[in-house]
Amino acid sequence: MSDPNRENDAAARARRGRNIAIALGLVAFVILVYVVTVVRMGASVATRPF
Amino acid sequence: MAMATAHPETRAIARWQDFLQLLKPRVMSLVIFTALTGLVCAPERINPILAAVAVLCIAVGAGASASLNMWYDADIDAKMRRTRGRPVPSGKVQGADALALGVVLSLFSVMLMGMALNWLAAGLLAFTIVFYAVVYTMWLKRWTAQNIVIGGLAGALPPVIGWAAATGSTPLNAWLLCAIIFMWTPPHFWALSLYTSEDYAKAGVPMMPVVKGAASTRLQILVYSLLLIPVCVAPAFTGLGGVGYLAVSGLGGLVFLLLAWRLYRSRAGEAADPRNDDGLYDVRTGARDARNLFAFSILYLALLFATLLAEHLMGATPLELFR
Repeated sequence: MSDPNRENDAAARARRGRNIAIALGLVAFVILVYVVTVVRMGASVATRPF
Repeated sequence: MAMATAHPETRAIARWQDFLQLLKPRVMSLVIFTALTGLVCAPERINPILAAVAVLCIAVGAGASASLNMWYDADIDAKMRRTRGRPVPSGKVQGADALALGVVLSLFSVMLMGMALNWLAAGLLAFTIVFYAVVYTMWLKRWTAQNIVIGGLAGALPPVIGWAAATGSTPLNAWLLCAIIFMWTPPHFWALSLYTSEDYAKAGVPMMPVVKGAASTRLQILVYSLLLIPVCVAPAFTGLGGVGYLAVSGLGGLVFLLLAWRLYRSRAGEAADPRNDDGLYDVRTGARDARNLFAFSILYLALLFATLLAEHLMGATPLELFR
């Protein structure tokens, strides 16, 4: 007979892996938007009127 | 349409790798390759970070449409040997989750493309996703034997999107890249379907060999191959490709035609040999020619785009293109 606790461990590992993947995806998205903003604004910031 | 195939209590919790499979990573790598070619061949240079973002958006958009396709086609996929191990029909991922992933990634890729590059590229990307997920998947695929001919437009657009991302325009040469993939798709897929037609018939998908028969399919492969080669050679005369490209497209085109002719003269798709039918890609005697053309078609397209990419990266061709 299979141990139900082992199955729960596997499910927990899978869920933890998904959570980490989502976290990394969100962090990557934030960095991406930041970098794109800097690149897009770069020239304009240097020449903006004060 | 998508259905839950396993009881909630017995279904395994989906891993992140299962969600990655929904994006069809191998197809995604081909899309990245063709989109990058369009971006590099464009006569204007953009910031490399923005170029990378453009390729990322196109890749994620392709993954999103693949996820939507797997959500909608779960019933078909479950009936075919080639696709029944996919995450939704195998019960690893729920259909609703595949739908949600597809929608979220579609919005993400289109919005980021619009804000980081330009809205022409974003519009083309949105069109491509909708065309693949709605026009091809939900309509053409189950309705007509011309499904992959018309639906092939979705796979042909990435180089145009790449070009548009770089320049904000889509001149003739960008559409020439699109035309190459568009004309290449029918002989490529029909060669494959000649030795997998039983699977398609079982799933009720009206692929050409199922609807019109093997002989008609082989003839159409030959006709499309004849039309394809001039389109493949054309970039050498519009300033897009150089001498190397002319040689690769011309010589490769001759091999393509030879293989298409051999396939036309064969009995591929007709002779089912029950002694050798224990695997999807096992080659039956009559189907060897179909497999040869299928394999070479992949090599030919890869060579064409790799040559263009190499020529432009090395600056071997003048960049006075149509604008």
